[in-house]
Amino acid sequence: MDLSNVAIVGSFETDLGVVTDRGPMALGVQATLGAIADAGLQASAIDGLITCNSLVTPVMYHAEATAEYAGLTPGHCLSVGTGGGTTYTALRYAAAAIQTGLATTVVVSMADSMRSFMTRDRAMAVQSSSGHPLFEQPYGPTVPAYYALIARAHMDTYGTTEAQFAEAMVSSRAWAHLNPTAQYRERVTVDDVLASKPIADPLKLLDCSIVSDGGAAVVLTTLERARDLPHAPIVLKGYGEGHHYEHISQAKDLTKSAAADSGKAALAGAGIEPADIQLAQLYDCFSPALLIQLEDLGFCEKGAGGEFLASGATRPGGNLPVNTHGGMLSHCHPGNPGAIFGLTEAIRQYRGEAKERQLAHLEHTLLHAQGGIMSSHATVVLGRAN
Amino acid sequence: MAGVDQLDQIFFEGVADGQLRVQQCSDCGAHQFYPRVVCKHCGSEQLKWISASGRGRVASFSVVRRGVSAEFEAPYIVALITLEEGVTMMSHVVDVEPEQVASGMAVRVAFRPVGGADIRPVFLRAEVS
Repeated sequence: MDLSNVAIVGSFETDLGVVTDRGPMALGVQATLGAIADAGLQASAIDGLITCNSLVTPVMYHAEATAEYAGLTPGHCLSVGTGGGTTYTALRYAAAAIQTGLATTVVVSMADSMRSFMTRDRAMAVQSSSGHPLFEQPYGPTVPAYYALIARAHMDTYGTTEAQFAEAMVSSRAWAHLNPTAQYRERVTVDDVLASKPIADPLKLLDCSIVSDGGAAVVLTTLERARDLPHAPIVLKGYGEGHHYEHISQAKDLTKSAAADSGKAALAGAGIEPADIQLAQLYDCFSPALLIQLEDLGFCEKGAGGEFLASGATRPGGNLPVNTHGGMLSHCHPGNPGAIFGLTEAIRQYRGEAKERQLAHLEHTLLHAQGGIMSSHATVVLGRAN
Repeated sequence: MAGVDQLDQIFFEGVADGQLRVQQCSDCGAHQFYPRVVCKHCGSEQLKWISASGRGRVASFSVVRRGVSAEFEAPYIVALITLEEGVTMMSHVVDVEPEQVASGMAVRVAFRPVGGADIRPVFLRAEVS
């Protein structure tokens, strides 16, 4: 389906990192209203609001509660829960609502406060709800351990090394070093990562994403309306999803994910190849996830993700800049909203506002996120409006 | 056990009897685990239970260095085990040093309390004949 008649016209990030004076709902509302203002719109113009629930303080009707707090009365409210993939799934449903005439101007907004507002009981509840309740959870797997199973399988199958996984954080910090809003900005070396605390072999602390507070939102409307708004419209060129399993013990192949499906569909929709992508904003919850996405999305051959990362291609000055904001390994990872900062950073890049991180040439961006344990995948291709 | 339906109960009764039960489809012959009301391979509802051999291999594993809770004393080895019947399940590899575990290692089932709670299938290193 042609998506290019839907445009992103507003974008806003709240304070990020460690934010102790505002909780998840307040951050989500700030993000929502900030994005509407950035789009040059009045609140009354919003007739759709899509949010994702907070893991820290979940509420029964999240989008509705966000609208109430913000003083919005949209015609449509929807709370989407597809884990880490929520951002891009929500983006597609917003576009679908606009394309079908259900709504004309939709805000996609999300925030959480995993760092500063998580209680011990709630943390236990979240941790113990990951995995199959009868056939996985009883064995005490941690979330890093699930990804460690994937990492180990990739090492066994393709000879990938722990030093190659470590390159994910090296690249992330090289970008985060250039981003004042990143939570962790100090550069690291492969040796730093290898020497960091063991979490779940072969993964160490610096193979894992950070824990943050923060929120962001974007506004979508028809391309026609977008022409009258302050920012040059950014359009959705392609979209794809892929779902091969939910529980890792049911995966047919631990080293190949449904990102292969979602990426193929998104690129086909945009009518382009991986080589046509100038910026890839990927889901770096753990180093093996990033490495496997680079392969499955077609940026390198299957099995060559380790060499690709080690080549420096993803770092500043490389051929395929990845997560120029620093990603979830360094910039901000408040839980399910994590991927939205890949989107807001891409918008910043299109607007030429990324300062030291600014890419010289940007036509196509690939955004990718996933939920579960490399389970549910969503890929978006962005471009400039013609 | 909370959240256990009648099908799951058949599996756990097997555990209590020292059997590792998995389902086999009477129509297509494929095995499956976890228990389902339909065959995930062909959609048939003609499923029977078999007692698996309990032999398998480590498909992948992680030595967990930071335990999930106080009940799980680190290090412990979380593994995916592929049984001879072709199904894969999450479990623990026990009675071996973390350095001795490897993908492809032959294992056999045992039944032990896990995480200070119920008895569950776990796996021991097996001598390969």
